[in-house]
Amino acid sequence: MRNFEFHRPQTLTDAVALLQGNDAAKLLAGGQSLLPVMKLDLAQPSDLVSLAGIPGLREIRSEGNELVIGALVTHDEVASSPEVRNRIPGLASLAGGIGDAQIRNRGTIGGSLAHADPAADYPAAVLALGATIVTDRRSIAADDYFTGLFQTALAPDEIITAVRFPVPERSAYAKFPHPASKYAVVGVMVARTAGGVRVAVTGAGSKVFRLTALENSLSSNFAWRAASAVEVPAGDLRTGGEASPEYLAHLVQVMAKRAIQACQ
Amino acid sequence: MTTISLKVNEKKQLVDVEPRTLLVDLLREHLRLTGTHVGCDTSQCGACTVWVDGKSVKSCTMLAVEANGASVTTIEGLSAVAGMAEKAGLHPMQAAFHTCHGLQCGFCTPGMVMRAAELIQRNPNPSEDEVRHGLEGNLCRCTGYHNIVKAVLTAAETVRGGAQ
Amino acid sequence: MSGQGSEGLGVSVARKEDKRFLLGKGRYTDDLTLPNQSYAVFVRSPHANANIRSIDASQALAAPGVLAVLTGADVAADDLGGIPCGWTITNKDGSKMVAPPHPALALGKARHAGDPVAMVIAETRAQAKDAVQLVEVDYEPLPGVAHLNAAVADGAPQVWDEAPGNVCFDWHLGDAAATEAEFAKADRVVSIDLTNNRIAANAIEPRAANGHYEDFEDRYTLYTTSQNPHLTRLLLGAFTLKVPEHRLRVVAPDVGGGFGSKIFHYAEELLVLWASKKVNRPVKWTSDRSEAFLSDAHGRDHVSHAELALTNDGKFRGLRVRTLANMGAYLSTFAPAIPTYLHATLLSGPYVIPAIYAEVKAIFTNTVPVDAVRGAGRPEATYLLERLVDKAARELGIDRVEIRRKNLIQPDQFPYQTPVALQYDVGDYPATLDMALQANEPEKFAERKAESEKRGKLRGFGISTYIEACGIAPSALVGALGAGAGLYEAATVRVHPTGSVTVFTGTHSHGQGHETTFAQLVNEKLGIPVENVEIVHGDTDRIPFGMGTYGSRSAAVGGSAIYKAIDKIIDKSKKIAAHLLEASVADIELVDGKFRVAGTDREKTFGEIAFTAYVPHNYPIETVEPGLEDSAFYDPKNFTFPGGCHIVEVEVDPETGVVEVVDVAIADDVGVIINPMIVDGQAHGGLAQGIGQALLEECVYDADGQLLSGSYMSYTMPRAADLPSFKVGNHVTACTHNPTGIKGVGEVGAIGVPPAVINAIIDALTPLGVTHIDMPATPEKVWRAIQAAQGGAA
Repeated sequence: MRNFEFHRPQTLTDAVALLQGNDAAKLLAGGQSLLPVMKLDLAQPSDLVSLAGIPGLREIRSEGNELVIGALVTHDEVASSPEVRNRIPGLASLAGGIGDAQIRNRGTIGGSLAHADPAADYPAAVLALGATIVTDRRSIAADDYFTGLFQTALAPDEIITAVRFPVPERSAYAKFPHPASKYAVVGVMVARTAGGVRVAVTGAGSKVFRLTALENSLSSNFAWRAASAVEVPAGDLRTGGEASPEYLAHLVQVMAKRAIQACQ
Repeated sequence: MTTISLKVNEKKQLVDVEPRTLLVDLLREHLRLTGTHVGCDTSQCGACTVWVDGKSVKSCTMLAVEANGASVTTIEGLSAVAGMAEKAGLHPMQAAFHTCHGLQCGFCTPGMVMRAAELIQRNPNPSEDEVRHGLEGNLCRCTGYHNIVKAVLTAAETVRGGAQ
Repeated sequence: MSGQGSEGLGVSVARKEDKRFLLGKGRYTDDLTLPNQSYAVFVRSPHANANIRSIDASQALAAPGVLAVLTGADVAADDLGGIPCGWTITNKDGSKMVAPPHPALALGKARHAGDPVAMVIAETRAQAKDAVQLVEVDYEPLPGVAHLNAAVADGAPQVWDEAPGNVCFDWHLGDAAATEAEFAKADRVVSIDLTNNRIAANAIEPRAANGHYEDFEDRYTLYTTSQNPHLTRLLLGAFTLKVPEHRLRVVAPDVGGGFGSKIFHYAEELLVLWASKKVNRPVKWTSDRSEAFLSDAHGRDHVSHAELALTNDGKFRGLRVRTLANMGAYLSTFAPAIPTYLHATLLSGPYVIPAIYAEVKAIFTNTVPVDAVRGAGRPEATYLLERLVDKAARELGIDRVEIRRKNLIQPDQFPYQTPVALQYDVGDYPATLDMALQANEPEKFAERKAESEKRGKLRGFGISTYIEACGIAPSALVGALGAGAGLYEAATVRVHPTGSVTVFTGTHSHGQGHETTFAQLVNEKLGIPVENVEIVHGDTDRIPFGMGTYGSRSAAVGGSAIYKAIDKIIDKSKKIAAHLLEASVADIELVDGKFRVAGTDREKTFGEIAFTAYVPHNYPIETVEPGLEDSAFYDPKNFTFPGGCHIVEVEVDPETGVVEVVDVAIADDVGVIINPMIVDGQAHGGLAQGIGQALLEECVYDADGQLLSGSYMSYTMPRAADLPSFKVGNHVTACTHNPTGIKGVGEVGAIGVPPAVINAIIDALTPLGVTHIDMPATPEKVWRAIQAAQGGAA
């Protein structure tokens, strides 16, 4: 790992100031995505700005029909939170399947979303549940947030502070994990809400994406058989990985079916 | 260099580290606590598992500076910190690994024990399946996990018995 | 209990070595930091095949903390020897195999991704790593080749000019004409083509080496993660460092697993010693995991075609096998012996097969060297044979258990001479078959299958009956077959004046529990409590000699050496006892650990004898020397032949192709058992590796020689949730030719289980029309096999 300057600001304003004008600076939350790539010299930031000293980023609370999860809440805290388990059990279950126990003890929701790994689990939940990413300066709808491979709508000096999840009627996540890395080869999150059904797929593409045809079909008739008709546009599928595009497309159908069944 | 202050196995330490120093290197190289091991470079094997403020973490995937102000427990301090030292200074999990032959070469053992001890603290009566899934962040190449699983179930039973 | 003590053979004594490991007090190589320590990191070739035009180290040398940057040219200038191969194979035509040079640092050409090109030594590991990035190597990349079939194709890139067609050797075993005759008159011939996937041993402790040259004594000490420190010293002394043994000490302290990958003498061991003298500091190197994938010897990697000749009623008549074996870019220490004398010789399995002919071609590729990994050759033979037997049963419409039962060597046929050189001394294969079946309860299989089906899963039953050869091996025999070393084992038993005992063994324990089991051997023979017995291993300064631990040899060969040394101690003790008890030596017997005049109650404790030996006031000094210490070398008379039966049930998810091993029932015959708990533990670990090979593990190279599975993110290691608990049984027939009766247990799991897993998958998928699948049976591979059988697009 290359050396860097380490900063532990006490306020968001100070943190933003440390990022401003320094493209080589990076934010550090739980570090479970960033430190592994730094260890392999795949990321070589000049400065690491830790969020650990900033208050107010570790809460889980209900606000009306929304569940608000602070950016520094760990996967384990989401998985074991009575509030999350009660109101969005599909989200708690997803968080409980990220990585392994030790990683869940450190990794955070904000960190995962900022990193935007195409095979991470949280993006599927954020997109399917129609969540809102709250930053130090604005709110970003999930549909606008994921812009590409490891790319998001965040400005270089923008900091996620919380994620607001509308509480669905039902939701479920079905994941086909990579046997070695435990990342999602394919993960499908299905959410039923009063406004209709949303389905998001992680792992299979260069970024998380929605299955709008399936959503429409499920919104009119919520039946798992609809999953077998899912056709994932070939352009949305990852190529050159271990899994072939045909197998990925097939897994999307199977995981969608299982998520739908779990939502019934 | 940055000076950090932390508690390791209940002992206060002031240490100068580079920002890039990993927690595991602080433990092994600076504090010579070599019971915590490194078995991979991609945060998979779990041999480096220690507790930070009571939670098991991979010390190869945490900077030493992030542990500033924290309380770190390693295999060397487990039985004393947990206040559960029974025979021969062994935590019940360590004792169960011994009686169930849950270790062979011993290299994964410290990380495995630290994670397993946290597992039964949080889930005092786990099923075999919960134990197997609960250990998914720790690799062992010697035991086939058979006797590790047996040891974790045995230790859970011991601790439950002691608590009653 | 026939032994002298209560902690001898057959007792599950809890391990003596556990406490230090459980408390974090183990002392592994990387734990040791010497005064004035410096650190080495290697520059490794990113190319599978490349000319090295130049190396510019000037920037690296100027970097903070850097002490030296050493290259292949420096190695050559100092006349260090190349890394030797310890086994020479003779080709079919009588010529010798091609044994190309293996310089410790690549000189002029890098031949696999990961080939070390330069060594950077610095004050800290981080500084050395930083400086590695500054070493500028000008490579001219060349086409490379990684896969066997590509490497033997016309026009393939040539790894070595001196090995045309990339052939290292072209060898055969067995009687071609007799086999041909059996095939000519056979009713049926069943054939199979299969691969045995390349795997990595993946001991969780990465390799490490710390070299320390002390000029005031002109002496070198190497701390290294080795399974056999004496062999490493021998090769350093005779071939690579070229320093006589008395100026070389090799210490293998606690070692975190080996599984074969730590048998061999590696370049890094030589280089840290050599560099230590150059920088006049101890030099430590510790491998990263991703570096380990590129520098530890891999295992397996065979492509085979095999044919079995049978009668209509399923009796085996003949077997023909053609195997291509990948050697990688260089020949590792034992590499040529693995696909030959540890593979082809095992092709008779536990069966009567009248004629066998095997041809093995070893092939160079631009990949990491391939050598022994747990099982080494025997898993490849077992996999091939057991897949073929299953296929034959299917094609002939015979039950898979019955076809095996019909062809097993019967207990009254021992000693049994196979057509492929080995003579099995003893075994009872029907007994282990029955024992495993009993544990599996096949009569309830239909019920279990129906229950699986309710959950949408296809259940399959797979079986393998296997034999292996271990306890390697008679020195004269292996010498005749091309080995460069003898394969005896050595032991010294030192009785201390107050009667406690230290045993010095030339084997090495890196998980096997020798500190306990060998103490139990002493308890068995002398009655001394295990806690009063110390086992010393892993230090060439303390142990006279040894050949190390691999091939399940430690208890069978090393234990026999200990027995032999103890017998000498007993003989001498009897003389001392006879003197003290004023009886004749012939009348002294050893009972419950005491020396007694037969038929009387006059006796001396072992402690009294030991004390007398060291305080020889009343002593037969004219005929018996004072002191009580003896040594023995034991050279095995034959291999030992563990065997047994492994049964696996799997559930396949036909939608995703995911295979789950849901039941494992095995029965092994590993000979006499010292410690049942430890023996079971060895079987468990072997099973996990075998199931790993069958389902999860593979070193994947692209066609040009880039390793695609170079970390635990992509190489799947079995985790706890990937495995079930195992049902392990043992049926003992004692080895007839060694004094312990022990055969060996370290490798049985990895040998027996892979074909049982694949046979179970094929059984589950037979109704869908699937007839073949290669290891590892990954979900996509299984899914594709189903699609293809169903006429789908995949």
